[in-house]
Amino acid sequence: MSGYLLRGIRCLGGEPVDMHLENGVIAEISEPSKKLRVTGAKTVQGDGLIALPGLVDLHTHLREPGREDAETVDSGTRAAALGGYTAVHAMANTDPVADTAGVVEQVWRLGKEAGFCDVFPVGAVTVGLRGERLAELGAMADSAARVRIFSDDGKCVSDPILMRRALEYVKSFGGVIAQHAQEPRLTEGAQMNEGDVSAVLGLRGWPAVAEEAIIARDVLLAEHVGSKLHVCHVSTAGSVEILRWAKSRGIAVTAEVTPHHLLLTDEMARSYNPLYKVNPPLRTARDIDSLRLALAEGVIDAVATDHAPHSIEDKDCEWQAAAFGMLGLQNALSVVQSTMVDTKLLTWADVAARMSTTPARIGQVANHGRPLSAGEPANITLYDPSITRLVSEKELVSKSRNTPYLGMTLPGQVIATFLRGSPTVLAGELIR
Amino acid sequence: MNRHLLSAADLSVEDALRVLDTAEEMSRVADAPVRKLPTLRGRTVVNLFFEDSTRTRISFEAAAKRLSADVINFSAKGSSVSKGESLKDTALTLEAMGADAVVIRHSASGAPHRLAHAGWLHGSVINAGDGTHEHPTQALLDSFTMRRHLRNGKGDLAGVRVAIVGDVLHSRVARSNVLLLATLGASVTLVAPPTLLPVGVEKWPCSISYDLDSVITKVDVVMALRVQLERMSDAFFPSAREYSRRFGLDTVRLARLPDGAIVMHPGPMNRGLEISAEAADGLRSVIVEQVANGVSVRMAVLYLLLAGAPLTDIDYKTLGPS
Amino acid sequence: MGSTQGRMVLDEGDLSRALTRIAHQILERNKGSSGLLLLGIPTRGVQLANRLADLISRIEGFDIPVGTLDVTLHRDDLRLRPSRTLTPTLIPVGGLEGRIVVLVDDVLFSGRTIRAALDAIGDIGRPSAVQLAVLIDRGHRQLPIRADYVGKNLPTAMHEAVKVSLNEIDGEDRVTISEVSGE
Repeated sequence: MSGYLLRGIRCLGGEPVDMHLENGVIAEISEPSKKLRVTGAKTVQGDGLIALPGLVDLHTHLREPGREDAETVDSGTRAAALGGYTAVHAMANTDPVADTAGVVEQVWRLGKEAGFCDVFPVGAVTVGLRGERLAELGAMADSAARVRIFSDDGKCVSDPILMRRALEYVKSFGGVIAQHAQEPRLTEGAQMNEGDVSAVLGLRGWPAVAEEAIIARDVLLAEHVGSKLHVCHVSTAGSVEILRWAKSRGIAVTAEVTPHHLLLTDEMARSYNPLYKVNPPLRTARDIDSLRLALAEGVIDAVATDHAPHSIEDKDCEWQAAAFGMLGLQNALSVVQSTMVDTKLLTWADVAARMSTTPARIGQVANHGRPLSAGEPANITLYDPSITRLVSEKELVSKSRNTPYLGMTLPGQVIATFLRGSPTVLAGELIR
Repeated sequence: MNRHLLSAADLSVEDALRVLDTAEEMSRVADAPVRKLPTLRGRTVVNLFFEDSTRTRISFEAAAKRLSADVINFSAKGSSVSKGESLKDTALTLEAMGADAVVIRHSASGAPHRLAHAGWLHGSVINAGDGTHEHPTQALLDSFTMRRHLRNGKGDLAGVRVAIVGDVLHSRVARSNVLLLATLGASVTLVAPPTLLPVGVEKWPCSISYDLDSVITKVDVVMALRVQLERMSDAFFPSAREYSRRFGLDTVRLARLPDGAIVMHPGPMNRGLEISAEAADGLRSVIVEQVANGVSVRMAVLYLLLAGAPLTDIDYKTLGPS
Repeated sequence: MGSTQGRMVLDEGDLSRALTRIAHQILERNKGSSGLLLLGIPTRGVQLANRLADLISRIEGFDIPVGTLDVTLHRDDLRLRPSRTLTPTLIPVGGLEGRIVVLVDDVLFSGRTIRAALDAIGDIGRPSAVQLAVLIDRGHRQLPIRADYVGKNLPTAMHEAVKVSLNEIDGEDRVTISEVSGE
């Protein structure tokens, strides 16, 4: 016998068990008192570690092809593995845009080669993200990459007729449109959340209504055509109310929130440091409260990182000239612990649902987000919630440095990540 | 005082009064036979202007030169900036040149803040207007002018009633003035159509009105802000005529001002739009004085930021007798 | 720096007698008060100049002009300390042109303040002569400057501090000498 024997781990934060991983699956789980013995297996001392199904990110920018200086599939999946992820969905706004079967298959193959986690490409909704005509959604769905999520993320599918058609069209292969909700006219030149802080800083405001108006329209469209809508990076209290209403009506809408929108407010912009410039913008403490509650209640279904690497020259400049976006993969679980678990809003079982099971279901990825039981694929994250650590640049394996958590103290650390029974991370370090 | 002057909010009431009092002394230099002081000899002040503003640049240049500083004018036009050189690279160049102070005008709000705090250079940074954020030396010269006319050049502005009229949303002058005037104890009313007031203005230390006529009889100072005509195409107001009718400082409104009230404008003016020729050139107008006072106030700022050693750099043991 | 303790070197009476003597010396040297103008250097030079002007006008029977001269902007040691607050420079009507200007300061030490004062005067006008009156000359000159009128020559060590207290500012008239603390 061989594989890995995980001693004393607490599945979803429950009672300690021993777990044997072999041939890519969970071979056996038993109580520690039974002294599970496996000859030839490598032992991982897991006392006190939380075991979660490998995390699944619905929203990752890997930047390849096109901006390999900022991130590659290889570097991005390394960051994902260190963050406890076993699967990520790679957004379509690459260069060239992932709007054909050819590009999505290329990204999918790069993910296979990198091997730090599974990469599921997201296809563009419109050709070149230009919002003019539909991309070949069917061809991408039928490709080797088996695309199920389509998004123009970074841009909003603002044309209502185009959005309606996209929602209708993907029904034929069970796809979902993931909308980046941003009314473009209301956000021309916008730099940060519109409110007290933008008024003082003289940065052009990004009103909450620009997000809420699109979400309201899209849930109504989804209801009208009977299709599935996913809302990316929900950031406002008003959006939460619309989603709550839509779900109460039985509309097939799901939604995600980013770790940074659960933790950081627009007050950060007072530094004019572009590390805190992100789309959608950081909002207010009131929005944060609302988002946390919505995630706890399930009105928001999932946490997605919107991991958005940017090169130094795109961030080490004046705010207005800087790119939107921040890194997310490596610290997502810690931020969720800090904002949701330590605040008693979520249990570890809930965290597994919001960061693994539900994203896997929305993305329709098999073999991820599965229960931690014998016979299931051995995609597992071991996490030590008792550690506190100072976020520093040197721990980042992304090719970019734009983490907003720099210098902050966060709880918890991913100790090990197993992808189909093989470790990508052990003792907090990348393997290979 | 801080090492930098980035926002009027950086100034405590003591700091602000110190600048104004120093500026009073500096203004004497303008009247002296020799209009030059040796105070900043050997120090280098860079005027870094990414945006055209001949008035502000000349004012800072005159101030620095009257204090004998070496002045380097670095304007975006015709420099490598227009060829895409970043603010950071420009800053590193200035650092290598040994700039003791950088006076920066930039179209991006917060650019001076970045210059001061990104670790690119060590000199003092003085905000000469950034985007739609702030223009603190303009606010200082406005307060200086008000104090001369209404408070005999002494003390704070407690009880002075100021109306600031016009495009507050895009105005760095308004932001800095609201902050500084509040610090100095004046009561400010912003008067504008709601489209030209920022969301969040309710939290500012001032009151708001949409009706100039109800305000104008109860102020000691009325300050008209420049209105840019291109705002019309963005639907901030329907037409120049309508703006002028509702918010313009015309002869009729001028006549309704209380005795002793003064008329101000940060310039450049759109005569006939936000201010009539009679108001701009009339006896109540202190607009030309504002320009002259600008030099004194900027001399004061340069002196206070540059002449002494930063507190932390002083080694008292090596101090000789004074 | 020093404190109000320390060794008394001039008491109220000494100080008053020193100023009276200086007033007489100024009149004697300049053959009366015609064309005289006193300029006090802040802070305590201003009060001393006012007192000297009072004494002189009492002797002469009419007022002589007094002003104040802030020399901060002409100092050569500005960068050794945080920026100093300026005090007003007040030049009597008529200016300095053709006048005999008597600079008045409390303590003459390195001479740098007086050098700055001479530069400041040069920017304002062209007096026919400039003279210097000080209450205390404590030595340690760093420039070729000497006083025309001295209340008291006071040999000191570099590490000592001389403190002039005046009624108008400090509530008492006296001069003390003490060790500089924190050395």
